Order: sequence, then structure tokens, then C-alpha cells
Amino acid sequence: MSTQQPEPETQEAPEDPEMKGAESPVDEREKEGGMVDQTSVDDADLEGETVHIKVFRYDPEVEAKQEPRFDDFHVPFKKGMTVLDAVMYARDEYDSSLTFRHSCRQAVCGSDAFFVNGKQRLGCKTQIADLEQPVRIEPLPHQEVVKDLVVDMDHFYDQMHAVEPYFQDEDTPDASDLEEQRQSRENREKVKMSTRCIWCGACMSSCNIAAGDNEYLGPAAINKAYRFAMDERESEEIKEHRLRILEQEHGVWRCQTQFSCTEVCPKDIPLTEHIQELKREAVKKNLKFW
Amino acid sequence: MYEHDVIVVGAGGAGLRAAIAAHEAGADVAIVTKLHPVRSHTGAAEGGINAALQEGDDWELHAYDTMKGSDYLGDAPAVETLAQDAPEETITLEHWGMPFSREEDGRVSQRPFGGLSYPRTTYAGAETGHHLLHVMYEQVVKRGIQVYDEWYVMNLATSDEPDPNDRECHGVVAYDVQSGKVEGFKASQGVVLASGGPGQAFDHTTNAVSCTGDGHAMAYRAGVPLEDMEFIQFHPTSLPSTGVLISEGVRGEGGILYNSEGERFMFEHGYANNSGELASRDVVARAELTEVDEGRGVDDEYVHLDMRHLGEERILDRLENILHLAEDFEGVDGLVEPMPVKPGQHYAMGGIEVDENGQSCIDGLYAAGECACVSVHGGNRLGGNALPELIVFGKRAGRHAAGDDLGEAEIRTGYGDDVEDETETEFPVTPGAAGIDTSDGVAADGGVTADAEGLLERAVERERARVDRLLDKDTGVQHAEIRQKLQNAMTDYVNVFRTEDGIRKALKIIRECREEYQDVYVDDPSRTFNTDLQMTYETRNLIDVAETIAIGALVRNEFRGAHWRQEYQERRDDEWLKHTLVSWNDGEPSVFYRPVILEGQEKTYEPKVRSY
Repeated sequence: MSTQQPEPETQEAPEDPEMKGAESPVDEREKEGGMVDQTSVDDADLEGETVHIKVFRYDPEVEAKQEPRFDDFHVPFKKGMTVLDAVMYARDEYDSSLTFRHSCRQAVCGSDAFFVNGKQRLGCKTQIADLEQPVRIEPLPHQEVVKDLVVDMDHFYDQMHAVEPYFQDEDTPDASDLEEQRQSRENREKVKMSTRCIWCGACMSSCNIAAGDNEYLGPAAINKAYRFAMDERESEEIKEHRLRILEQEHGVWRCQTQFSCTEVCPKDIPLTEHIQELKREAVKKNLKFW
Repeated sequence: MYEHDVIVVGAGGAGLRAAIAAHEAGADVAIVTKLHPVRSHTGAAEGGINAALQEGDDWELHAYDTMKGSDYLGDAPAVETLAQDAPEETITLEHWGMPFSREEDGRVSQRPFGGLSYPRTTYAGAETGHHLLHVMYEQVVKRGIQVYDEWYVMNLATSDEPDPNDRECHGVVAYDVQSGKVEGFKASQGVVLASGGPGQAFDHTTNAVSCTGDGHAMAYRAGVPLEDMEFIQFHPTSLPSTGVLISEGVRGEGGILYNSEGERFMFEHGYANNSGELASRDVVARAELTEVDEGRGVDDEYVHLDMRHLGEERILDRLENILHLAEDFEGVDGLVEPMPVKPGQHYAMGGIEVDENGQSCIDGLYAAGECACVSVHGGNRLGGNALPELIVFGKRAGRHAAGDDLGEAEIRTGYGDDVEDETETEFPVTPGAAGIDTSDGVAADGGVTADAEGLLERAVERERARVDRLLDKDTGVQHAEIRQKLQNAMTDYVNVFRTEDGIRKALKIIRECREEYQDVYVDDPSRTFNTDLQMTYETRNLIDVAETIAIGALVRNEFRGAHWRQEYQERRDDEWLKHTLVSWNDGEPSVFYRPVILEGQEKTYEPKVRSY
């Protein structure tokens, strides 16, 4: 397991001007416990220490939190501690109003995608020991913040739904005959990675195009379409219908192959590759470019 | 107020299947769920779906294995229904595009699993639940079924007749997590609870943080008995640091368990001379802890699960997800090292008492999935039987709620003439309500309310007042403190090995939690996405559910399935071929029993010694 991971420059990026005036209230506990600053250390060195996390705070309803700010927490380190463990500890022990989504703690529910030290990551599968301190934890960029680390996912879901994300073969045999559709191992292997998407939204949040074009379907939805378009159990006709959806003005051709989606995907889905493959398919089918 | 024919609470496998079935039966159905559907805990299921699909296998064998696995506490009509319906339901998933693992000829693959006499577990890598959840959500989207996501259901709206058998359920009260708005959801035909398990009652669990037994607690306080709650499954292979699950598929594919001395203890110490690692889960979990207790554990805590000999190709083909989990959550490369594993709370065999049509004793109230007890799993659930349960009984509950006639149920529910009366066991403390916050079960706060809307409005008012009270209170105890104390007590005293003394201690601590909860308050004053408030509600549910688990464990003085009692090392069929039912009457739990139905369609399942 890697323990040293230099963080991208975004760590040093200037803060949102709106936040400048806001004084980060320093938690009392900051004064306690030896904290290690701005360094990356491995597991063993952290035993018995506290880790310093800076967490984005905002609540439209509470006067003291209407001005966005970062709160500092110093959390006792335990071997194997993840970013999610750290924010859960901070919430349960220090400030119960600290708000974030989380559920499975094992990278399948997709609800705890945060912007950690300048990169979209799942809190539950990111080891604290691998990060530079202080660990800066923010909501996913380019999404509207509801409160603290919670972003509005409605637009993301709308885009997922826009590609008709459901199997559409009309000629399935009768289920009561227990006759399944055949699928070759090769074909299953081909779509396998695309079926792993957990809808966390990390890719969409990392995508420059999606940030500038609200109607762009985005990498997750296009990958979802890929999952069906490449599945040999659906007919050619339906595949063509799918490619037409993907070829719309804000579809696959918007992608500029920057690979940011592929880079942040916590399930290692080769999203950029899938988008490019769909472009090729569309060309092969001679479909009209919008 | 929102209004639909059928309201489904929860959007995991059972909830989605129920909604699809109700929709197909012509009902206007809506799903109300505290998470977005694709976040549900069904997604964490790894192993597979048991269904007799191949020649040489048949549903009767599946039923037999399940009855044996249940240690003869499953009800035959439920078990046979599961085994009969699972094949068609599994193929339906395939027709919906589920990416099952495949054989060379393109048909779905099946693999061996613990306690099965035939390799009958259909799977999609080691992430079957993820695919099942997503495929069913896709079908919900396809049908345009209304989903209220991130709405937390706080309570049921039921009528207030003195006898629960006479009560009716008219809907639920929920609040929109994003806005804090509390609203009523009227169900003109039925409410289906599909709210999942109560794993968060324990400290070390494979379950998601959201698995807080909400449906259990709501049904219980409305008067539906909770059945066989003492039967908690501890999965033999969870990662020691986090509780993350390592699928039984690893052992199904040939993974081996070793102790610190490098012994293959399942055989070498005689725990299961025939099946070894593939004995039933309760057997393997006890074997592992015995090894640790006798000084042959690694770091005095866990044992090793080794899959290296399977070879990289096979591991990548069938168990790839396991490599990621071991790496991300334990820092272990499963291709070059054995993985550390220990038992972790995994599944509640018991739950809301329902019949094979999913119906509870309260008219219009149904339950399906892990929150329900049909009962299929009895004393011990076989691996690969949870997912078919979701689809088979989710579908039945949805159809029945929507008015489809499924015929008369053979399993009886509620308090009736076929039950055996209360237990003589003395409790160390008085269980049950400690004050206003845990006593508002049914709508019994004075006056007779005639119509459904009136009942629902009253239930809404009560929850609004409760939220105001929790938010207005400035000091007191926070839910996290109580929850941790409860979880520790359950893990310390109501775990794999149980003693009378320990269970009594647990009941005392649960009582303390209940009393401390009287002083609970919510520090976060915001109505926007107030998880503090939600977790405060959930913690109260956990207290109720934990108490029923401990009560069941104390009264059942025998050893059956996953329920092991130090003082009683034998199954006592003469006395205990019966279900434990705990019901909430006027603010306190009472215990009664109903005989197990061992009589199937063609034959009677005679209890035999369970050896593997």
C-alpha cells in the first residue's frame, strides 16, 4: 500500500473569496494533543497521535454558519483510519451538527464522495495516513451545497435518468420456462467495468466540461449508456436508439478526453475510454452529428 | 399530505421488488426511503442468489437444505415458497439485464455455498447485491414509479383498537431530510415495510450505518410481534478492523481457513469433518472464536482466510471485488497473503412477524426482506438465501398489498388461539417504556378517531411535536453516546457465545440506555439535512430492537442455529420447536410462542442432528 502521495497543487489553491473574511473558529481541542502539520507520515508514526482535519462548513439556515468556513478538528488516529472514520469521530465526539452522507463504509453505496485535499474521493476508502495534513475535506465541487459536505445530487440523477438507464430487449423468453438469454463470457467481460458504477458523482464533479455545460450528460450517464449499448443481449435497433441519445448536442461529442473522470473513479471504471468507444460506434453507424 | 395506493418504506432489494410488483398489479405505488435507492444496503451483498436452476437440482432439495440450515425453526410453507419461486425470479432478473457470471455456453453460472447440497448459488462476481439493486432500480425508473428519496419514515399511522389483530394501518409519517418538513403519506391499500436489518445494534457489524431497524421498531410499537429476534447471524469472514464483509464465495470457490499454527482447523479440530470451511455459518463462526479463545488465533483476535492457491485468473474472474476490499480496508493483498477474518454481526434471521404473503397481523401492514420474519431462515440463514428472499417475498408482499389474490396463508400471525402463553423467565429489569419518548406506540392518546385521514393527521402532529421538542431542548444527552453504549453491550454480551449472566447484564444496560434516552436532545438547530435528528430517531429504534434480541436470547434456554447458550449445549426439540414472539403491549414487552410448521406440501421435515 502506498503511504506517500504528493498532493496536487490544488491544496494550495486560493480560497473562495467569499470565505476570506470568515475567521475559522479554531476548535478548543486544537490546543491539545501533538499535531503533525503539513507532512505525510505512515501508519506507525501516527499511532497515538491526532490527525488534523479541516472541514468545510455551511448551513443556509443557521446564522453562524451562513458564511462558509472551515472548522478544524483534531481526531485521535487509529490504524486503518479513513477520512470517513475521521469525520464520523469529529461529529460524534465534537460537533453533532457536522453533516455528510455515508452508509455502507465499504465503497458500494457511493454516498460519501468528498473533495479531499483537492481530489474527488470516497471518504470510506481513503486512508488518512496516505494524506498530507491538515486534511482538507470539502463538498464535491461544481455541485450546489445543501449543508456542510452534502451536495444536491438531483441534477446528477436527472442526467443518469436521461439515457434511459434500463434494459430494453423486447424479445425475452418467458421467465416461467426458466430460459435465460445467453451472454458470452467475452461480452460480460466487455461490459463488466461499466456495471460497477455506484453513482457517487465523483466523475461528474471532476469534469471541466460538465462544470461549464450543465446539460452535458456527463461521464457517469454516458458510462451507464455504454453498459447497455455494449451488452449483446439488447438488439441492434435499441443500440442505435441509444447511440442517438448519446449523439445529441450535449452528449458524447462534448467530451474532450481530459481523463479527469477516469482518474477519480473510485471503482476504476475506464470512463474516458468508454466515451471514446461510443464516439467510434456512432461514427461506424453513420449516425448524423448534431 | 401525499396519497398513494401502496406505500413501500425502503428501497433495497425487497422494497424495489415490492414496488415493481404492486405497480404491475395496477396500483399507484410510491417508495419512501431515507437513502437514495442505489445507496441501499442490498448493494453490499456479495455472494449470490440460491435458486434450483439446473438439471439434477430441484426446489425440494433447496427447501430441504434450508430447513436443515434453519435448525428446524423455518416454517415449511415459507421455505417451500422460497425454493419454488426463486428460479423464476432469478431468471426474471436475468431478463432485466442483470450481468450474472456466465458459463462457456452463455448460461448463468452457479457455485457452491455453505450448507448447500448442490452448487446452486447464481452470482455476478462477488458483487451480486450491487447488480441486483441497480437492475431493480432501473426497472423502477423504467416504470416511472414515484420515489421519495431522502425522506425518513418516523412512524406508522395505525388505528387504536385494543387488540392489534383489529388494528389497521393507513399510512406513514415521514420527514424530508433536505428540508425538515414532516408530512403524512396516506396508503389507501397498504404499507410495505422493507426497511432492512438492525445490524447497528452491534458494534462490530458488516451492516451499513443506515441499518437501524426502523421498520422493526415502528411495527413493534404499533403492535406487531417481532419473531425469533435472538437469532442473529454472525458472518465468519468479516475484516477485523472495520467489519467489512469478505464473501462466503471465497470459501465457495475453495478458500481455506487457517489458525495461527497453520492448521486447517475446520477439519483438524473436528468442527465439520465433511464440509470443512463450507459448513453452515453458525458452525464456522463458533469454530473461529473457539480457536481464538483457545490461543490459536492470530494476534489473539482473528484467523486467516487464504485464497492464494486459487490462482490469480480465477480470483480475478470470480472474486475480484474481494481483492479490492482486502486492500482498501485492511491493507492486505489477497493474491500474496492470507486475509485476516473474524465473525461479525451480519444478518437478523428474525423480524416483523408476517405470513408467506408478507402480511402482518395489522390489516394493511406488510413487511418483506431482512426486516421481516416469514420465517424462512429460522435459527440460521444459509448463505445465498437472503437475495432470493428479497425478490420472492418482496414481490408477494407488493402484489398482495396491491390487491392480488395470493390465496390463504398457511402461516398464522398475531396473538391468537394457536399460541402458547407468556414466558416464566424473570427479567433482571423491567423492560419497555421509560417515559413519553418510548411509549407512543399506537395512536392511543385519547378520543376515538374514525377515519384514516384523521388518524394520519394526528400521527403527523405527534411527530411534529416530537421534532420540536428534540430541537428546542438545549442540553442533555446526545444520541451518539447512547448508541455506542448500546452497541458495546450487545457485542460484549449477546454475541456468538452467550451466557445467562451476560444477557442479563445486557438487559440492564439497555434499560440504562432507555432511561438516558429520556434526556436526549438534538444539538443541531437546523431543519436542513439534520442528520443529528435522524440519528436520534434511529437510536430510539435501536434500543427497542436490541431489547427484543436480548429478551429472546434470555428466554430461549437452548442451543439452536446461531443461538448458543453456554448453560445449554443441546438443541431441545421437545420444548423449543417454536418461535419466540415479543410484542409491545401498553408500553412493555410480553413474550409468547407459536409452534414451528414442519409440515410441507408433500412431506414433513423431521428434525435431525445437524452435521456438516
